[in-house]
Amino acid sequence: MLRFFHQLGSPKHFYRIAGAWIPWLAAACGVLVLYGLYQGMVVAPTDYQQGDSYRIMFIHVPSAWMSLFIYVVMAAAGAIGLIWHMKLAEVIAISSAPIGASFTFLALITGSIWGKPMWGTWWVWDARLTSELILLFLYLGVMALYSAVDDKRTAARAAAILAIVGVVNIPIIHYSVEWWNTLHQGPTVTKFGAPSIDLRMLIPLLVMAVAFKLFYLLVVLMRARVEVLERERNARWVRELVERS
Amino acid sequence: MNLQAFFHMGGYAVYVWSSYAIALVVLVANILAPLRQRRRLLRQLARRQRRERRQP
Repeated sequence: MLRFFHQLGSPKHFYRIAGAWIPWLAAACGVLVLYGLYQGMVVAPTDYQQGDSYRIMFIHVPSAWMSLFIYVVMAAAGAIGLIWHMKLAEVIAISSAPIGASFTFLALITGSIWGKPMWGTWWVWDARLTSELILLFLYLGVMALYSAVDDKRTAARAAAILAIVGVVNIPIIHYSVEWWNTLHQGPTVTKFGAPSIDLRMLIPLLVMAVAFKLFYLLVVLMRARVEVLERERNARWVRELVERS
Repeated sequence: MNLQAFFHMGGYAVYVWSSYAIALVVLVANILAPLRQRRRLLRQLARRQRRERRQP
């Protein structure tokens, strides 16, 4: 086990192991998405208040969860890279940013499209929506900062510091619906006690949440492999790999 | 199951399907971006290595 992690720290082995995982992750993710969509779009009943519009939830809520989850992973990986100078952690942090930005964008846009028929407006400047928008700007800031500096290691360090500072936004987003009055509904799944949601709605929601987690894992490994190749371009194993391709 | 009712989404078709369409585009773009970057990088590195072989 220890040897496995040690090998994972070396770029060459990471590239190989991640490459072996990618097709399996893609297959598992694809199966879960299809199953989740079937359960969510066909099996789950119509909501008694929101009609069929609530089916946007099956992408909106997992996207919003992922936007927070990926940010925490990115900041943690950035911190590990800063403290222990672990190159692979830097790579994971930087590869996470565009995926997190994508999910944040999806959470915002699908929330907006859901808000129009339910709230009567595309957007309100309330705590939940505003803090989620700030999250998008944090992701974009991390990406911009990383690409603005030529030296990759300095760039990764600067981006990691920004990511770590931005972590204060995460609890604000999570608790915003409880701390402030808002149009956004409160949590129905993570609150204590039984979730106040029909099981036939809860199952596809959780399946989609797992599918999105796998999707993140898949794409972050794909991105990290490219980033590793680029950083190790002068290493012998990369030269040999280029010769063979 | 009634296919027409499925696409109608109880009158919310525009909202539901546009959400799913946007999600599909964003997720597919996330898959394609690293594939394209990898191809481009490998081509670039191959060019560099050929250049180096010609003038060591």
